[in-house]
Amino acid sequence: MQAARPIGSGSPLARWIETPEGVVLPIELGQRGERAVAFILDFLIVFGIIIGLYLLLIAVILGGKFGGIGWLLAVVMLASFFIRSFYFAFFELRWQGTTPGKRAMGLRVIDRAGGPLTPQAVLARNLMREVEIFLPITVLLSGTFSGQIWQTLATIGWLAVFMFMPLLNRDGLRVGDMIAGTWVVAVPKGALFGDLAHGEAAEDAQVPSSSQYSFTTKQLDAYGIYELQTLEGVLRDRRPNAGEVRAEVARRIRAKIEMPEEDLADADTERFLRDFYTAMRARLERRMLLGVRRRDKHDKR
Amino acid sequence: MATVHTAAGRREPGQGTAAEIPAKAGGAPAFTLKSTAFRAEREPAWRRLEALITRAEKGGLASLDARELLRLPILYRAVLSSLSVARAISLDRNLLTYLESLSSRAYFLVYGGRSNALSAIGRFLAVTLPAAVRAARWYIALSAACMVLGLLVGYVLTIGNLDWFYTFVSEGSAQGRTPTADTETLRRPLFSDGRGLGERLTAFASFLFTHNARIGIMAFALGFALGAPTMLLLFFNGLTLGAFVALYTSRGLGTELWGWLLIHGVTELTAIVLCGAAGLMLGRAVIFPGEYTRLQNLGRAGRRAGVIVIGAVLMFFVAALLEGFGRQLILATDQRFLVAGVTAVLWGLYFLRAGRGAP
Repeated sequence: MQAARPIGSGSPLARWIETPEGVVLPIELGQRGERAVAFILDFLIVFGIIIGLYLLLIAVILGGKFGGIGWLLAVVMLASFFIRSFYFAFFELRWQGTTPGKRAMGLRVIDRAGGPLTPQAVLARNLMREVEIFLPITVLLSGTFSGQIWQTLATIGWLAVFMFMPLLNRDGLRVGDMIAGTWVVAVPKGALFGDLAHGEAAEDAQVPSSSQYSFTTKQLDAYGIYELQTLEGVLRDRRPNAGEVRAEVARRIRAKIEMPEEDLADADTERFLRDFYTAMRARLERRMLLGVRRRDKHDKR
Repeated sequence: MATVHTAAGRREPGQGTAAEIPAKAGGAPAFTLKSTAFRAEREPAWRRLEALITRAEKGGLASLDARELLRLPILYRAVLSSLSVARAISLDRNLLTYLESLSSRAYFLVYGGRSNALSAIGRFLAVTLPAAVRAARWYIALSAACMVLGLLVGYVLTIGNLDWFYTFVSEGSAQGRTPTADTETLRRPLFSDGRGLGERLTAFASFLFTHNARIGIMAFALGFALGAPTMLLLFFNGLTLGAFVALYTSRGLGTELWGWLLIHGVTELTAIVLCGAAGLMLGRAVIFPGEYTRLQNLGRAGRRAGVIVIGAVLMFFVAALLEGFGRQLILATDQRFLVAGVTAVLWGLYFLRAGRGAP
């Protein structure tokens, strides 16, 4: 699938998955920083709820009307335990692998092998949080180090391995992800713009939509797919200085394909580039149908 | 292969006209690429899918009605097929990127897991869990052996010389129940009933927090480190238990202690053994990856082991109920043994028989 590589696939976070239908899709792993922020958001929600419960309890105690304080305390403790343990699993089951924090950051849990995300996987990856996050926090906060210094250090080292596992592997997996066979990916955003070959963007460029310029096969064969898609990027560019870039690109193309150089007005530049793009795409797509994928201008096919 | 395009009026008939469609009356677009025609035909379906997905990403699958839910997988497969076609015929990078991201987003929703949490949990309890436990029988045997070995060693050493007790049991967990305490002090905790519902619930909740689930989850998590810490943890747990048994036996309270322990211990110790077994599965997956990479194999074993740990957590819950209520309410030792026996039979039946023959 080399030829179908998407933009930005040189990124260290780009991966492929194969769907159960056998189609290979590019995905992008979630950045560690974004995942940390998502976790902190969820963590704040969980502890906000728990602290709220305890405040409520204190209010009831101070009110002094209710007798069974021990009973209430137990209920609050139990509720906190369940909220803490099952918050993540609950949302990832209900919301197809997202939690409020992940949704805010545009992240999602999926199966690493491309299959469906199973309830077992969700439960397994989230139970590991108990060991990765909550246990270290408890140990560090309670300060229950009674042994020698080396024991303390060994404990901290051991917990650190769990906590910082996402930094220690290429895929940013936590231990829970390894256990469950999942990873966290960024939800892609992609907008569909007009088809440049069709002449749809003509209204903002003020050019008629039929071809004005003609090219010979030899001229069209000056470039390959890489150059075609670079030209596509130039044509879709709507930044303020895009006009200058287009003029420069047009000048270079004309030099390369040995077309008489002349000063083109802005509208003509656009016209020329679009015609060249359309003709080149027609030529390359046609050759692709016949099995020849000419990668770039150095590709001698 | 000259493919020469000029303005509509001056078109030269090239040979490579496969990608061209003769100009329509009015002389508007001179020709249409195959990829452009393809896009024009399929785009409405992509837009429909995109609208569905955008809504579902914001408000969850629940925001789609029944008809839309049925259409989602159909549109998803349609866009996958569009993507495959586009990869073969189109060089429009924006189109390819769009189709790839649309396919991924639809894939996340379609394969993002079951939305019906209740039926998932039901099936988990009825089929998945008992099957996973049966499949792990050798790990369970090894895990149980570690604990029993610890128990025997702890018992034999402590019964020979009570000073060993201090080695095996930390002050915190002894809570005054040491060889220097008199027999009455040792006896009292075995038969104390909590004073009321409140105390029982508090006891229940704190048991749930402190010991049970934590040891189990630790035993599981430590399996990740090649399994050795899991075995040690199980062994030490057995040692502590053996030391207590030895201490009480030396005062003629052995039977009473077993009744006190087993009323919830059948459930709790089984759960710890299950967690240990799950940990050992992870350890083995790392040591002997077989035909997979270590990470792949860890994932495969982890999912099976995770099932067992979740079952164990549920058992800890039941054990905490028995410990918080059953033990405080049932004070007669023979009745405690009865409860212990009943739980043993029920768990045995459940793990050995439940879900057999289910698909």
